[in-house]
Amino acid sequence: MFRTQEMEINMGPQHPSTHGVLRLKLRLDGERVVDSWPVIGYLHRGIEKLSESKEFIKITPFTDRMDYVCAMSGNLAYLGAVEKLCGIKVPEKAAYIRVIMVELNRIASHLLWLGTHALDIGAMSIFLYGFREREMILDLFEAYCGARLTYNAFRISGVPADLPPGWKEECTGFLKLFRQRHREYEQILTANRIWLKRTKDVGYMDAEHCLALSVTGPVLRAAGVARDLRKDEPYAIYDQLDFDIPVDDGCDTYARYIVRMAEMLQSVHMVEQCLEKMPSEGPLMGMKGRRMKPRKDEEIYFAIEGPRGEQGVYLISDGTDRPYRCKFRNSSFANLQALAPMVQGGLVADVVAIIGTLDIVLGDSDR
Amino acid sequence: MDAAMLKEIGEIVVRMLIIFTAVFTGVGYMTLVERRVSAWMQDRLGPNRVGPQGLLQPLADGLKHLMKEDVTPPGAHRMVFILAPIMVLIPAVLSFAVIPIAGDAINLQDLGLPWDWQIKPFIADVSVGLLILLGLASLEVYGVVLAGWSSGSKYPAMGALRSTAQMISYELALGLAILPVVLTTGSLRLQTIAEAQAGTWFGFVPHWNVFIHPFGFLFLLISIFAENKRLPFDLPEAEPELVAGYHTEYSAMKFVMFYMTEYSAMIANAALMVTLFFGGWQVPGLVLPQPWMFLVQAGAFAAKTFFFLFLFVWVRWTLPRFRYDQLMNLGWKVLLELAFINLLVVAMLVAAGVM
Repeated sequence: MFRTQEMEINMGPQHPSTHGVLRLKLRLDGERVVDSWPVIGYLHRGIEKLSESKEFIKITPFTDRMDYVCAMSGNLAYLGAVEKLCGIKVPEKAAYIRVIMVELNRIASHLLWLGTHALDIGAMSIFLYGFREREMILDLFEAYCGARLTYNAFRISGVPADLPPGWKEECTGFLKLFRQRHREYEQILTANRIWLKRTKDVGYMDAEHCLALSVTGPVLRAAGVARDLRKDEPYAIYDQLDFDIPVDDGCDTYARYIVRMAEMLQSVHMVEQCLEKMPSEGPLMGMKGRRMKPRKDEEIYFAIEGPRGEQGVYLISDGTDRPYRCKFRNSSFANLQALAPMVQGGLVADVVAIIGTLDIVLGDSDR
Repeated sequence: MDAAMLKEIGEIVVRMLIIFTAVFTGVGYMTLVERRVSAWMQDRLGPNRVGPQGLLQPLADGLKHLMKEDVTPPGAHRMVFILAPIMVLIPAVLSFAVIPIAGDAINLQDLGLPWDWQIKPFIADVSVGLLILLGLASLEVYGVVLAGWSSGSKYPAMGALRSTAQMISYELALGLAILPVVLTTGSLRLQTIAEAQAGTWFGFVPHWNVFIHPFGFLFLLISIFAENKRLPFDLPEAEPELVAGYHTEYSAMKFVMFYMTEYSAMIANAALMVTLFFGGWQVPGLVLPQPWMFLVQAGAFAAKTFFFLFLFVWVRWTLPRFRYDQLMNLGWKVLLELAFINLLVVAMLVAAGVM
């Protein structure tokens, strides 16, 4: 019998398609992946430990730097946890502004995913189309909070500022344009024969395995499980909004593409509703002063639905203004577990497609 | 050295000067065209700083690469590592020697120059020009596989394996797609094939092979995309997977040589397609006095070639990439069979005297 020698190859941490600093050791039989070991931790900054020595308010900027592609969601998850811990109520207007920002950030995050995922599969132009629209969202964020990547846009108990004058109109204009552009992306990819060939039945993972590995977000929803914290455990003002949860039961890379594309449109729909329903007057901060006084030995877990899945924060207080323990449950870290079983038996070209479809951010998984 | 010999040498030198100057300028400016066109498609500007509209960019790039450090990685096989880029570049450039760029020879005196030299529209008049072209195309594989192997690194080795398999597979389909043209024309000489496409049907449809062999042209187009390693078949250098494929470890001028190879092979293949299927230099219904005829025909040839080059660029920035096994399936299980059936049908029609 013929036997080929297996080759061990090192993909990353410096590699064009590992999306940051993921290192992937692959054992290859020709082009086929026999075994794989993801190696993480190249971006570890010890944020959880660091948080134990900071006041609650000073931890917020760290959450920007974990999942830097959707820093707004990171902010919201952490602040939501602190507010739950201390029993602070957020004024309605502030909650609306938060949801607007988070949903816009979800679109921006999905655009980055679409661009890099398509780039990995070889469609280069869509990368720049995606960035063109993401740029407009970043401009909106810049107009609101001054930052384009690490926003730190919310405060404990609310938001620091109202939407600047003219922002609403600009946002409405963008949403209108985005619906158009979204159709363009679909025209380029959705029915493209090569795109179908590259994504159908690639990276298959059914609901049972997704749940066993605690995979959440679009990957889980593309396996037919309609799990979305915005509907299941509504936070902020999501219970006042009308939206659907896109679900697909293809379980493969293409299904995840369909789900994320549909989610972008849902987010547009939500932002439109928010802009309409948002009260024009009202307080922005629910709390005066800056001292947190959580009860002693209180433990809480608060999670939101981020673009990549469940973004949870677990806090233990010891009665001081610093957390005794601050644990982040980040979706990239959990979803990364699905990588090895997904690439098993696939080709090298599938590996990059699967890394793309899991939509991992290494800052998020390494913390 | 007598005058006749001097004249012959002079003629050859002028021919070579014309064609190779055109080719190397074309290669340089193709890089600019690719970058500007892709920028235009992607809603950005592209290189427009060096010279008007970035027209001096290729020169600046060349100069930059000349001054870069030429790194030979420690694991490399030195000798082969240096030879490999030369081995890919030479066959790619040589293939221009047999491609005719116009109909009749031109006398330099017609252009107002003092020498009575007849400049033929090709460098070498070879009766088996098509075979030479195919042979040179397959020689390119050696340079690629040696480049990948001698780099002493895993990604280039994988890229080299992929490209070898790909080029060899698609060469079969490429040859089979061309053969129907040879059958109906009855010659392997490219000038004869181009001349055979003179005239029109009904006065307005040019008598080009593409209308006689539409399937042959389609198969040739697909195989040329694969042969050139252009997207959607650019697996050997698929940068998200293999970094840069077989030329990952190359730097400075050696790297430039791979780029020149890519673009000159692209131009050669576009010129081949034009010669075989689009009448070569033919401009239907045009008759002009000699110096103008030559220039217009050469211009028409360049324009037709440029159309295909633009097509290459256009496709590259639009489509996603095939996977390696899908590419092999397409080559062996679909394209080869279809090209073969096409050849059989044409052969039967020729034997029956219909074509």
